[in-house]
Formats: sequence, structure tokens, C-alpha cells
Amino acid sequence: MLKKLKRAALGARVPHEKGTAGMETVRMPVPSKVVLPMQQHIGAPCAPVVKKGDTVQVGTLVGKAGGFVGANIYSGVSGTVTGVEDIRLSNGRSCPAVTIQPDGLQTVDPAVKPPVVTDKESLIAAVQACGLVGLGGAGFPTAVKLSPKTPVDTLVINGAECEPYLTADAREFLENSETVMSGIQAVMKYLGIKKCLIGIERNKPECIDLMCSLAKGVAGVEVKPLPTRYPQGAEKVLIESVTGREVPQGGLPADAGVIVLNVTTVSTIGKYLATGMPLVTRRMTIDGDAVAKPQNVEVIVGTPIQEVLDFCGLKEGVQIGKIIMGGPMMGVAVADPATPVLKQNNGLVVLSAQKATLPAPQPCIRCGRCIDACPMGLEPVVIAGAFSKKNAEELNKLCIDLCMLCGSCSFVCPAKRPVTQTMSLAKEFAKKEASK
Amino acid sequence: MENRLNVTASPHIQDNSSTRKLMLNVIIALLPCVAASTIIFGANTLLVTGVTVAACVLFEYLYCFLMKKPNPVGDLSAVVTGIILAMNMPVSMPLWIAVVGAFIAIVIAKQLFGGIGMNFANPALLARIVLFTGFASRMTAWVYPDKCTRTFLMLGVDAASGATPLQVPGGVGKYPLMDLFLGTHGGVMGETCALAILIGFAILLFTRTISAAIPVTYVGSYAVFSFLLNVGELGAADAAMLVLHEVLAGGLLFGAVFMATDYVTSPFTLKGKIVFGIGLGLITFGIRAFGNMAEGVSYAILLMNLFVPYINDLTRQVPLGYKKHKKGAKKA
Repeated sequence: MLKKLKRAALGARVPHEKGTAGMETVRMPVPSKVVLPMQQHIGAPCAPVVKKGDTVQVGTLVGKAGGFVGANIYSGVSGTVTGVEDIRLSNGRSCPAVTIQPDGLQTVDPAVKPPVVTDKESLIAAVQACGLVGLGGAGFPTAVKLSPKTPVDTLVINGAECEPYLTADAREFLENSETVMSGIQAVMKYLGIKKCLIGIERNKPECIDLMCSLAKGVAGVEVKPLPTRYPQGAEKVLIESVTGREVPQGGLPADAGVIVLNVTTVSTIGKYLATGMPLVTRRMTIDGDAVAKPQNVEVIVGTPIQEVLDFCGLKEGVQIGKIIMGGPMMGVAVADPATPVLKQNNGLVVLSAQKATLPAPQPCIRCGRCIDACPMGLEPVVIAGAFSKKNAEELNKLCIDLCMLCGSCSFVCPAKRPVTQTMSLAKEFAKKEASK
Repeated sequence: MENRLNVTASPHIQDNSSTRKLMLNVIIALLPCVAASTIIFGANTLLVTGVTVAACVLFEYLYCFLMKKPNPVGDLSAVVTGIILAMNMPVSMPLWIAVVGAFIAIVIAKQLFGGIGMNFANPALLARIVLFTGFASRMTAWVYPDKCTRTFLMLGVDAASGATPLQVPGGVGKYPLMDLFLGTHGGVMGETCALAILIGFAILLFTRTISAAIPVTYVGSYAVFSFLLNVGELGAADAAMLVLHEVLAGGLLFGAVFMATDYVTSPFTLKGKIVFGIGLGLITFGIRAFGNMAEGVSYAILLMNLFVPYINDLTRQVPLGYKKHKKGAKKA
């Protein structure tokens, strides 16, 4: 009750739609081509180290990270580089991309061998060499996360997976629980972290049971079942849920003494330490009301979205309205199905034209539901008012910088207003004003 | 993939709530009140309610038509205003006055300020206050159900003297509790039957249309203030009984459930709602205990409506990880 007085933070009651949770991951065959954009996420773009006509193998370095905040890009197929050209990504920006024509043999690069890790520095170097980024959707280079500037005492594993449809992380728990545990233990050992909390939403009881039984024998590892509520998996919300700590405004999780890693990310660390195979494939949930065979698919990074959808099939007679990279709450709508799968894409949701058409916005009735829903305790309706007056000072007072665009406010709005979009514009505006 | 893809900003799904559905919930919650007053005061209730609702919808449509604004009638908010306004009038209300009330509510209180979501005070409430000021004798021409007349006779009160239970000589405490609960006494149509109001309240809570914060803190704080005033003189048991009578009589329950909880004119946060509710309780108590006006609830809600922007500013939520902004310090 007292906590509710501080902020309601009810989140949104999004539908679960986790129909694929019980399905074994299916490996997709080698695609007809692989396109590897040199900028897949936040940070410096990679520099291509191959040129047209070069032969590559599985695990060959294709793009070299342009700085510490960046991650190498490797080829997931063996074949020939057919070109390095600019392509347009779904965020509207263009960047150079390496196109590879696979030969279908999938020969592994002889350079692929398990790294030698003995201490913190060599672990971070290994993670960076692996090309690992946050696989939960944000795609932040993992090596940077593992190098906090302030002391950290807790590792939080994010297995909340609060987005509707997506079950890729749940499958990671069930199919690769050993590498999840070995990854956790490696990070704890080399970074000197004594405590690890694994946060899993209660709508995944089999994951909770499995991880509880595995964590029993390991000192310091504990599973935290979490309420099923969107956005439970948002970093700051998760940290508060499992540790009770608040990440200070403008700060990083490390400022609260925490490192947060997605379960698939930590599992990939475990895999890389054992095999030396860099990040070249990833599991994606392909679902949505227009997909004929919803399932979890292991996809080679760089596969065009169209080929992934062809593999799962689309329902006959259903007009496709929207293809979403990621979940329907925070995912990006794709304009061109030729766009390749990126490292951090955890799912593709294909909605029918009917479902993709949202009702027209109406006047705000000031019901305050966006305020009750906001997981950060912001007041979207008040922020929208300040933004319409272009009042940057007021926006800063209202902590617009804390908004993470989770979409809860838009989801609950009875007037169907694009509240999250307004928040996004307001955030950009306040940032621009501050840099003036 | 011949057809073009839809590209919009996230989120790509929304829940199935709508303004229309919320208003429909309120209408459903008001139906027990309409039904109860039809039973208590007769079929004329339906006529007055129907005319008021029709006038509200018509004024809303005409205003927006003349001002070339999109037609908002479909959101049903004018229907809600109409029913609430009708429930605030005695059953004997001349229909033309009801139409005047509808004009004040929809055109003056709501549309002139920008329509739904923009009004500074509850439209139905404002219309009620204007009608009370302008047509005081009509608005207080209570009609009594048969049973009620008998009660009054038993109490030795002239049934035609035009008193609500709150104005009965000897005090509301002498009034039979069951009559107050079931609403078989004089008053405006919607206010008398506490049972119907409580059913409506339950519907609103069950459908998550409103939060319980405002009605509970309003009635609760009023009860506490009134108890404290009377406990010295009457003793705890009698004072509690008196408070119970006072809560059931008059417009307190109807106002607390249906009028104080209007989205536009009540605060956003739980903190704000509690402040709002206590403020309402205090003003209502002040007017009822020390004033000589019958309109305690109406003026309390109107006054607190005017405070809402300030309450909103002062009762913000605390964002996750909030750091106090230093004065004059600019973010780097």
C-alpha cells in the first residue's frame, strides 16, 4: 500500500500468447544468402575485413568492432562474399553490409577454438571476441556490461521474457540449461561476484522448476519467480523486482551494484567458452496470427526475414499487415522483408492486416491509466501536456529521460492515443534542448 | 508480399478498452439508481431521465455540428452526463428546466471548455448547482413516496413542508435507518436509495472503471469528522449511529460514487485521490455541520474540482530511481 502511494507502476496486462513455449527449437536450413550489416546495434559500426570474392567459413571474422562499445561480426555460413554495399535497415538508417553466397558445406573456420580464460581481463576479451551483444532485444555489447566502473555484488539473469508471443528465452532455459549455468558460473568466478539471481516470470513454471533444481547445488545462485506483468523484463524494473534496489536516474545497473544479463546472452558465454564458436546463429520465436506454423527457429544471423517466414509459412488468404522484429510491445515494424535478421532479434511477429490496424485516436479523457501503468512512475499525460507546450524544463522535471518506451501507456489508453510515441518525441526534444 | 507493410512506432498492440466502453460501464452502474427511483417515485422518473439524456446528446451533437468539430456522440459521455444530471433532479421537475440543465451541462460546462477531457468541473454537477441557484423552489420540491409520507406523519412532520431527511426537525438521527438505506424518503431521484448506489459502486469497481480511493476516503473522512464532532455530546455508540444516518442521507453517497470520481475532474495518482477525498469530506462536513445550506456535497465537489490541477502538481508519483533536481542546475 505504501509502495503504491509512491508509484502505482502497475504495468500492462498484455496477452501472453506463448503458444510456442512447449515447442522444441527447429534448425533452419542454410539460406540462399546472408546479409551482415556492419551496424546492428548501439555503438561504433564495424569495419568490414572481407571484400568481394573472398571465401569465408563458419566462424570467419567479417566485421571488426570499431571500438570498445562494439562487437565483432562473424559469418554463419561458408561461402563467397558477393559484395559489400550499403543497405537500409528497419530503423531507417543505412550502413554497409557484407553479402555472402553460401556454398552449403558449412565448413568451420580452423581459427574457431575455445578461448583460454584465466581472469577477468581474459573473460572480457573472450566475450568481446565472440561478438556477443545483449540477446534479449536491446543488443548492447556484452563486454561493456562486464566491465563496470563501480563495484558490483550481484549478477541478475533476465529470464522474464515479458513480451507477448516470444518464448525464445524460455526455450533457452529448457534446452540449454547447462550452458546457462556454466555461463553464470564463469561470469561469477572471473568477475568475483558472489550472488546471482535468476528472474523468471511465473507464467513459465517449468523453467522455474528446472532452474531451481539446477541452482540447488551451486552456491550463491538463486531463482526468483516474478509476477507476470509487462514490462517485468525491463532492466530497471527487473533489478527492483529481484534485488529491491533502484537504479539512480541517469545511472547504469552497475550504480546499483548489479550486472544484468539476458539468459540467452549468458548461455552464449557458456557455449563460447566451451566451443569457441562465436555468435553466428540465434533462436527466434516466429509467431503472430498470420503465421501458419508458429515455432522457435534457430536462424543464422544475416538470413533475410523473408526466408525465415517462408520456412514457417504464412496462412493462406490472410493479408499481412505488419512484420515486427521483436515483440509487439517494443519491436520494430519492418518495412522491407528482405531486411536481414540481426544478432539481437529474438522474434518475428507477423500480424494480419486486421490485427495490425489500430483504432483511431480520440481525445484524452484524463483517466490517468497511463500514469497507473507506467513502470517507471512517470506521468505520460502530464508529459504530453508539457511537450505540446515545448517546455523542456518542465519535461526534465517530469523525468522524461527515465522513459524507456516500453509501450505500457499506449497499450492501456482507452482513448487509443499514441502515448508512447509522444513520450519518444518528448524525450528526443528534451535531449536536443539540453545539448543546445 | 505484394501488399505494402504497415510501419508504425511501437507498441503494435493495444488492450480492448475504449472511452465508449468505460462510459457504458458507468451507464450500467447508474441503472440500479434509475430502477430504484422508478420504483420509489414512479414512472415519471423515466420521462425526466429520458428527456434529460436526449437533450444532452442533442446539445452535444448540435454544438459540434455547428462548430464543425467531429461528432463525439458515439463516446456516450453525453448520455452519462444526462443520466447523472437527471438523477440530481426531483421527479417533479418541469421538463423544460431539465433541458435548461442539459444545456448548461453540455454546452457551457463541457463544450465551451473544449469538450470531453477539458472541462474544469463535472458538467452535471455544475448544471445542478446552477439549477439550484436559479430554480431553488423547483429543485427542492421533493415528492414523497407513500410510505415516506407515513414516516413523516409518524415523526409528526408535515409531509408537504419539503424537507429531506437531513432537514427533518430533531435531526437525521431519528429517521428510520431502513428508509434511508432503501431510499423511501424525499429527495432528488438518484440520491435516496443507498442500496442502488452501492450496487452501482460495486459494478464500477468490478469493471475497474474507477478506483475505490475517492469514494472511500470521501465518505470515510466525512464520517470521522462528524463522529469527532458528536462523540463528546452523544457518546460513541449514538454518535456512530448518527454518522451512519448522515452518510446514508442526502447526496453524499451518490456524489462520492458517481460525481467525485469523474476522470477529468479528479486527481491522477492514488496520493492525489486520497487528498481529494479528504478535502471533499472536510468541506462537506463543514457545510453540513456549520452552514445552513442543503448543498454540502455539490459545493464540496465543485470546490475540490477547482483544486485538482494543484493537487495533481503536488501529488506526483516518485519515479523509479528519482533524484531531486537541484535548482538552477542544468543537466550536462
